[in-house]
Amino acid sequence: MEHDISIRIGGEAGQGIQTIGFALAKTFQKSGLYVFSTQYYLSRVRGGNNYFQIRVSDRPVRAMSDRLDMLIALDRASVEKYMDDLNEGVVLLDAEEFNIPSHDKRLFDVPFQKIATDTGGSKLYTNAVAMGAVLGLLCFELNHLEDVLRDTFSQKGEKIVHSNVLAARAGYEHVQNNYKGKCKYSFGKASRTSMKMLIDGNDAVGLGALAAGVQFLASYPMTPSTGVMDFVAAHADRFNVVVEQAEDEISALNMVLGASFAGARAMTTTSGGGFCLMAEALGLAGMTETPAVIFLGQRPGPSTGLPTMTEQGDLLFALHASHGEFPRCILAPKTPDDAFYLTSKAFDLADKYQVPVFVMSDQYLIDSQFTCERFDTSKIAIHRHLLSDDELGTMGTYKRYTITPDGISPRALPGQSRHLVVADSDEHNEEGHIDQTADNRILMMEKRMRKLKGLTMEMERPEVYGPQEADITLIGWGSSYGPLTEAVELLNKEGQSLNLVHFTHIYPINSEEIRNIITGKGTTICVENNATGQFAKLLKAEADISVDMNLLRYDGMPFTPGYIMRALYEKKVI
Amino acid sequence: MVTMEDYPDIETEWCPGCGNFGILKAIRKALVSVGKAPHEVLIVSGIGQAGKLPHYMKCNTFNGLHGRTLPLATGSKAANHDLTVLTVGGDGDTYGEGGNHLIHAIRRNPNITAIVHDNQIYGLTKGQASPTSELGMKTKVQTHGVVNTPLSPLSLAVSLDCSFVARGYAGNIEHLAGILEEAIKHRGFALVDILQPCVTFNKLNTFKWYAERVYRLDEEGYVPDDRIKAFERSLEWGDRIPIGIFYKKEKPTFEDGFGTLGEGTLISRPKDQTLVEELIDSFM
Repeated sequence: MEHDISIRIGGEAGQGIQTIGFALAKTFQKSGLYVFSTQYYLSRVRGGNNYFQIRVSDRPVRAMSDRLDMLIALDRASVEKYMDDLNEGVVLLDAEEFNIPSHDKRLFDVPFQKIATDTGGSKLYTNAVAMGAVLGLLCFELNHLEDVLRDTFSQKGEKIVHSNVLAARAGYEHVQNNYKGKCKYSFGKASRTSMKMLIDGNDAVGLGALAAGVQFLASYPMTPSTGVMDFVAAHADRFNVVVEQAEDEISALNMVLGASFAGARAMTTTSGGGFCLMAEALGLAGMTETPAVIFLGQRPGPSTGLPTMTEQGDLLFALHASHGEFPRCILAPKTPDDAFYLTSKAFDLADKYQVPVFVMSDQYLIDSQFTCERFDTSKIAIHRHLLSDDELGTMGTYKRYTITPDGISPRALPGQSRHLVVADSDEHNEEGHIDQTADNRILMMEKRMRKLKGLTMEMERPEVYGPQEADITLIGWGSSYGPLTEAVELLNKEGQSLNLVHFTHIYPINSEEIRNIITGKGTTICVENNATGQFAKLLKAEADISVDMNLLRYDGMPFTPGYIMRALYEKKVI
Repeated sequence: MVTMEDYPDIETEWCPGCGNFGILKAIRKALVSVGKAPHEVLIVSGIGQAGKLPHYMKCNTFNGLHGRTLPLATGSKAANHDLTVLTVGGDGDTYGEGGNHLIHAIRRNPNITAIVHDNQIYGLTKGQASPTSELGMKTKVQTHGVVNTPLSPLSLAVSLDCSFVARGYAGNIEHLAGILEEAIKHRGFALVDILQPCVTFNKLNTFKWYAERVYRLDEEGYVPDDRIKAFERSLEWGDRIPIGIFYKKEKPTFEDGFGTLGEGTLISRPKDQTLVEELIDSFM
């Protein structure tokens, strides 16, 4: 039998919603099921009402479900707020603690705190009780959770591990004894052991950077991009990476350019307002042809906007940021595994073309965990595209900005040889020194812009999901891939005719190739997490493709398959 | 052996008589004294007349953005600490646009030498007030005279416990070269503020004006090892203006803070790809 259930853990910030969420997600993952998890949180460290939602299935899942089957309420507000979202689901709650009479059939009272105190001697174990209770209600084997609890708490000592395990068992038994057979979401025995990964977009970007051999990272913390800096910092010593928290984003990108100029693979991580401050240094990267990787985790703006929510609202800004004209590249991963490979590709492209390369994502993908195939590092090759010591040894003269047919000038490092390396933010000649003459300007502008041609050939074509031709073609980019593919699947099952053309290589655009894919035979609808249809505008400007319709969402929330389907019905296209 | 021939004269576009000539000469002398050849040196410069300096010199160069020399130089030093890294910028560049970076570069203490051509005026934009312009100085923008309290860069640096704080004078090249030599040899962040007459736009702080006022700290038996005394001297500005090394303190550098830089430069450290596999496995 096919299983597909969604569990929401709701409560105040600081109550350990994430701890429960991560542990349960990992438990399901370890038993061979497919997991998708996402987080909704407010910009506060304590209080408020946040949730962590897990979807578990025995087939691949890449989006939030619109159906909620189980709610674990850690506070009264969660019961009040989310009861209506539950179709025929159940709520696990501490009825006595919240002073809620448990006459509703959907309410399953589990005295979390009492069980925690009785078994572990402290309310601290409430979360472990809740985790056990969830598995009890699903009649799911407890051993995987015990392994996960050991991994999670091993650094805190054996006593803490043991108390957590006991508390989880007690929660499990309480539910089994009191409610056995009442829950229809019984998974029974999930016996396989997973050979897959469970990872979110954040860690996948960090892992991609480490796999690509990042050596220097400078950033200023900003939600939702901070996690990548945290991740790389946590592994920096073993991987020989210097991680520096800059005084501001201006400094961060300048540090990155300094490190890159001197030979390090370097990146920065930022979000909306922080990236605004980097606009000046972005142009410096363009003018001096210094490689840099910029991880841009989007959140809704303008200004402070909705700091902890999601949007795809910075595409055209990233494309046009900084004054003047220079080549750049934008990649937008669709899933965590894509984030891993594209981050590594970003480093390669930055080095090869000596340009700034963006890995653009958003809060939704950053904070969402997916079950992924194990990342294959054999697909990653590190090429620095630098002149070797031998090559420099035999060169009579070296000019940093030598004019070449493809626009790429051979790159040497300062101090590598007796040849001097001169970079300049002014318009410069081949040697790198200031040159303000018109002839030189034309030569240098054309040299830099020629690099776009090569870069365009590096851009992978968009994926066509579903039939090659359909009545309706949805167009998407980046993180909306999961909900879009599921919406296409569901609607085609209903007898509709849809496909999806999805982009992860955003800029530069291979116009001709894309015009062959988006032929305009059916109705084209560009689906974006923003208010103005920025990708549709880019398609029009770069490839002269006009979409028939935009389907936009800009309330700070990510797309779900249900949201897309409802919007299509409302637009009367299906 | 490195000699002055390794740092030949290159034609400049500065005004005749500019204080920058003295500074350029002192930098070349100091580099010869410490035995660093052009390919071992990286000068990161900003924007302004001072920012053009590395174009008039033979060395590795990154002429970057106005105010941003220090973060960029810090990144370069982290990547390859074998490079001798100097930054060059004016007072507008370092104390105005880049003020925040100066504070944090001092806190970070990378082993670089920050050279500031302090002419108390904006030259490249033709004569507006700078953060160090004197109170009351009239300019085409400050038409009623400067009202903002002038920044005392040395006081700021000493207050932040900067590991090397000095002031030179472009009119005394020998003395300035000696300070720069000490600054380059010093392990840690060295701020060298240089009094630089602007012959075109600053009619107040001229060579004559400085010549009547500057005195050498070392000639008064001053020892730069006391933060409070250094602060007192840094406030001295009027009939007598001290030049020399105000304060020196050995402390761990930015690079020391990264265990990873213990052996060899960051860019020469080998990569162990098996660690990537291990890390991937931790997500299974």
